[in-house]
Amino acid sequence: MVTFFQQLVNGISLGSVYALIAIGYTMVYGIIKMVNFAHGEIFMVGSFLGLFAVSVLHFTFFPALLFSMIGTGLIGALIEKVAYKPLRNSPPITLFITAIAISMLLKNLVKTNFLAGPNPHSFPEVLSVDVFHIGPVQVSYIQIIVLLTAVILGALLQYFVKKTKTGYAMRVVAYDKDAAALMGINVNRTITITFIIGSALAGAAGVLVGIMYPRLEPTMGTLPGLKCFVAAVLGGIGEIPGAIIGGIVIGFTETMTKAYISSSLADAFTFSLLIITLLVKPTGLLGKKTFEKV
Amino acid sequence: MANEIMLKVENVNVFYGNVHALRDVSIEVNKGEIVTLIGANGAGKTSILRAISNLENVKSGKVYYKEKDITNIGAHNIVHQRLIHIPEGRRIFGELTVEENLMMGAYSRKNLPEARVDKEMIYDMFERLKERKAQIAGTLSGGEQQMLAIGRALMSDPQLLLMDEPSMGLAPIVVDQIFDIIQKINKRGTTILLVEQNANMALSIADRGYVLETGQITLEGKASELINDDQVKKAYLGE
Repeated sequence: MVTFFQQLVNGISLGSVYALIAIGYTMVYGIIKMVNFAHGEIFMVGSFLGLFAVSVLHFTFFPALLFSMIGTGLIGALIEKVAYKPLRNSPPITLFITAIAISMLLKNLVKTNFLAGPNPHSFPEVLSVDVFHIGPVQVSYIQIIVLLTAVILGALLQYFVKKTKTGYAMRVVAYDKDAAALMGINVNRTITITFIIGSALAGAAGVLVGIMYPRLEPTMGTLPGLKCFVAAVLGGIGEIPGAIIGGIVIGFTETMTKAYISSSLADAFTFSLLIITLLVKPTGLLGKKTFEKV
Repeated sequence: MANEIMLKVENVNVFYGNVHALRDVSIEVNKGEIVTLIGANGAGKTSILRAISNLENVKSGKVYYKEKDITNIGAHNIVHQRLIHIPEGRRIFGELTVEENLMMGAYSRKNLPEARVDKEMIYDMFERLKERKAQIAGTLSGGEQQMLAIGRALMSDPQLLLMDEPSMGLAPIVVDQIFDIIQKINKRGTTILLVEQNANMALSIADRGYVLETGQITLEGKASELINDDQVKKAYLGE
């Protein structure tokens, strides 16, 4: 039972980071119906930007987080402008291949000696590594900070999307681009803003992962990227609350499988979840049944 | 009174891929008028409206609004000129409430208190919408959705309103209501360019009309003349 609660704590903190990444997938999919397979690499870049901020610029945790979010936000906007926007009216497969190309480009750029180089880096200690105990369950301050950061960012996003004018614009552009343009909404700008927000959240996740698992390498984004895509699909792609639930479910599955079954099977279980979701409820947990507009 | 030209479409050509959808279309709408475009399905009526509001790009030709060139300036910029397009099929935001849909109509407006006054005016005009303020718009009936689409467009404070098939798919009694409303909006000073399948009703409330066939204007004139034109009667009025 102790193991279970211990893994629950671990699962929540890991899941909250997955949720942050999954939100980016789901937002981008929601607005331009594209699976941005470079999103995992944005997360990786975020991690390295955080490392740069901490070790070179000597930032503390919070400024480093902001630095990474701004950096990844700008990179996300740039990628959208240069690579995806010109293909807005192309078949989905073209965008898909472009996204994979961007993903490889980012990975290999970071791998060059001019940037991070191919070898792993370790993230310096920016937060206390102390732990405290709730009964027999051990909780680290890092886990608390990670969870708090994720919850605050998620709440801010929810407020932004539900209450602000730009948030409304994002929702109606996702719903119907022509109708949105006829309200006077700048559709292209709204799409760019969506990329910025999604990428910034992935950047934040990158820093949080750097703190939790301080081993950074250029390929570190690929697997979490795929898992968070699964999380987004599991929750119902296009739905922000769905991505959050999906992220947490994936985090749990992963830690529980590692604890009770086998650590080498953890990823297999995660991806089995994708297959099961697609078989049982293809729209995901919160996904709506889509119908053709007449 | 000299006619003040509000909208001038000059030799406009629009293509969908290789399909030549509009061929040298020229039309004019004067301030205060109701002008209607009639024609069969696929004749290009919707394409003209979409070219004016820049939902489609104009390949060649010009669109002038109040003497200003608005050709291909971006759909959202055209809205800021208070030239408002109610698209075919209503296209309300089905996941938002009635009230939120109306407020989306005011997206381009700077003066929100003024927009709120307009909203009350729209609720007075459409009692049904007022009763259903907080309802999710996707659950409204077709007629109510059309009223919401019109209300939402009025929230943008239009000077020129492009209406695409407002009677489509509605019960006859609702169609009558919608046409009454169109006339009311026009009387309050909004110029209207109306695309309709229901040519009879459209011509009965319009000042002038254009007949479109396969992307070309084939006939134009006063609505009262078109409605008695033998050709028009035969082709579009079912007589």
